[in-house]
Amino acid sequence: MADIETTEESPRNFTINFGPQHPAAHGVLRLVLELDGEVVERVDPHIGLLHRGTEKLLEHKTYLQGIGYFDRLDYVAPMNQEHAFCMAAERLAGITVPKRGQYVRVLYSEIGRILSHLLNVTTQAMDVGALTPPLWGFEEREKLMVFYERASGSRMHAHYFRPGGVHQDLPPELIQDIRAWCDSFPAALNDIDDLLTENRIFKQRNADIGVVSKEEALEWGFSGVMVRGSGMAWDLRRSQPYEVYDELEFNIPLGKNGDCYDRYLCRMEEMRESVKIMIQCCDWLMKPENQGEVLATDSKFSPPRRAEMKQSMEALIQHFKLYTEGVHVDAGEVYAAVEAPKGEFGVYLVADGSNKPYRVKIRAPGFAHLAAMDHLNRGHMLADVSAILGSLDIVFGEIDR
Amino acid sequence: MSEALQSLGEHIAGQQESAVKSWSVEHGELTVEIHDDRIVDMLRFLRDDAACRFTSLIDICGVDYPQRAERFEVVYHLLSMQQNHRIRIKLSVDEDTAVPSVIELFPVANWFEREAFDMYGIAFSGHPDLRRLLTDYGFEGHPLRKDFPLTGFMEVRWDDEEKRVVYEPVELVQEYRDFDFMSPWEGAKYVIPGDEKAEG
Repeated sequence: MADIETTEESPRNFTINFGPQHPAAHGVLRLVLELDGEVVERVDPHIGLLHRGTEKLLEHKTYLQGIGYFDRLDYVAPMNQEHAFCMAAERLAGITVPKRGQYVRVLYSEIGRILSHLLNVTTQAMDVGALTPPLWGFEEREKLMVFYERASGSRMHAHYFRPGGVHQDLPPELIQDIRAWCDSFPAALNDIDDLLTENRIFKQRNADIGVVSKEEALEWGFSGVMVRGSGMAWDLRRSQPYEVYDELEFNIPLGKNGDCYDRYLCRMEEMRESVKIMIQCCDWLMKPENQGEVLATDSKFSPPRRAEMKQSMEALIQHFKLYTEGVHVDAGEVYAAVEAPKGEFGVYLVADGSNKPYRVKIRAPGFAHLAAMDHLNRGHMLADVSAILGSLDIVFGEIDR
Repeated sequence: MSEALQSLGEHIAGQQESAVKSWSVEHGELTVEIHDDRIVDMLRFLRDDAACRFTSLIDICGVDYPQRAERFEVVYHLLSMQQNHRIRIKLSVDEDTAVPSVIELFPVANWFEREAFDMYGIAFSGHPDLRRLLTDYGFEGHPLRKDFPLTGFMEVRWDDEEKRVVYEPVELVQEYRDFDFMSPWEGAKYVIPGDEKAEG
């Protein structure tokens, strides 16, 4: 009698593609996942599908023209990016921003933070199965984008921050409307809070998933909510204050466990703190004694007033040269960082004394976070990949640049 | 702030005498230039020294200076959340020299080094997985080098007959226009349009 051959197959790992067109990939991410059953063994993110060569393009544009490219990086919080580039140029050119300009910048940076956190919190909920939060959250985002439009003329690609301040002052009605929105928003945020925070499914999908320890957060170059979720009190607005953040009152919410759920809680709390900051800014901007310039008038970056241009040939020439040749910035190098909604957004600017930057390196927070994707996902289940990805707060505009 | 950085610079230059080429504090930022083969020791010292504690690697990037003998500068930005200060470490290499990888100290360097390799062709020795990161599969050249044209070499389009994306050399309908608005009284190194008539 012949031996009965056993047909038991040796266990085999599966390799699957996640993305580039997947609703939970938050843009154009391709993940090559190696699975042992349902357990993730290795993650290889393939990025660059949205690479537009921003850094190369910036070397061919004047400083003023370059600002527009920063709107297109992290396109859910455009002005925060412009902010870092303007700060770098200001530091090289030695410009101080007028107080009112600083308050307007802070106000719009916080609007950007809420825009970004609303998108992230609600789409993360969608990644783990809830459909209502995005619908509710996007309604508020829509209102905020109207504020963007009323200040800059554009809902997203604002080009509003300029070296030396912001382009135009805010009309008083707009400040009043933002102030009124600050009163109505917490109720809307509480609604989202009610849907998610104590939701059993949401908790099961996020608590104890993607835990980041303090040591890991440092090793992997994390910043923003990714370190605060792990209980490290680090926020550039507080520790290396820029603009008027040292005059404003706000708290830095911290997580305890460093998991996806704590990061969600941090973002919710940060939105409430941002509203506090916005209220202080609106109140300050509305006071009659605080009216004045929003753009440093003593710098070459500021265009002459329209009325002046009708009378003065020099003003006309200056206007023409500013928008064609641009301003020559002294040679030097500088690194300027802001606390963007996703973490530390930095611009390393090398100038060679001409009207264009010699080199601009954009340090996107999401880049470092996504680099840790393999490390964070090992040993997790396949379904957790989208939860972790959601809580990293990935936007491909800034990662691929 | 800059006095603290000044003394930090002195401290680092004193402790790592053989590695440091020069250092300076400008625009309120400390920059240390070092020899290219000493980067791993340097970053380990910066991470572990009690006065430094630079435990986060913020960024690694390349800068291209084609006119120099060692054309690439590799720039490391570090941050200390404990001491709340920053530092910039710079080294320069030529096209053929590999920079020691710092992955063993900071795993995040993996992607930063891959990006610098992709964009400039700077090699990192000891890197386990030095693949391209941001450019297309099968891309050739290093786009952020100064001698790489802004328009690139290849373009892609959808071919309706072949039913696939095809790669072709770039063909511009109109010459790429790089306007030079530099004042003709300073800097322009060409004949201003119209001036040639005056000659003849």
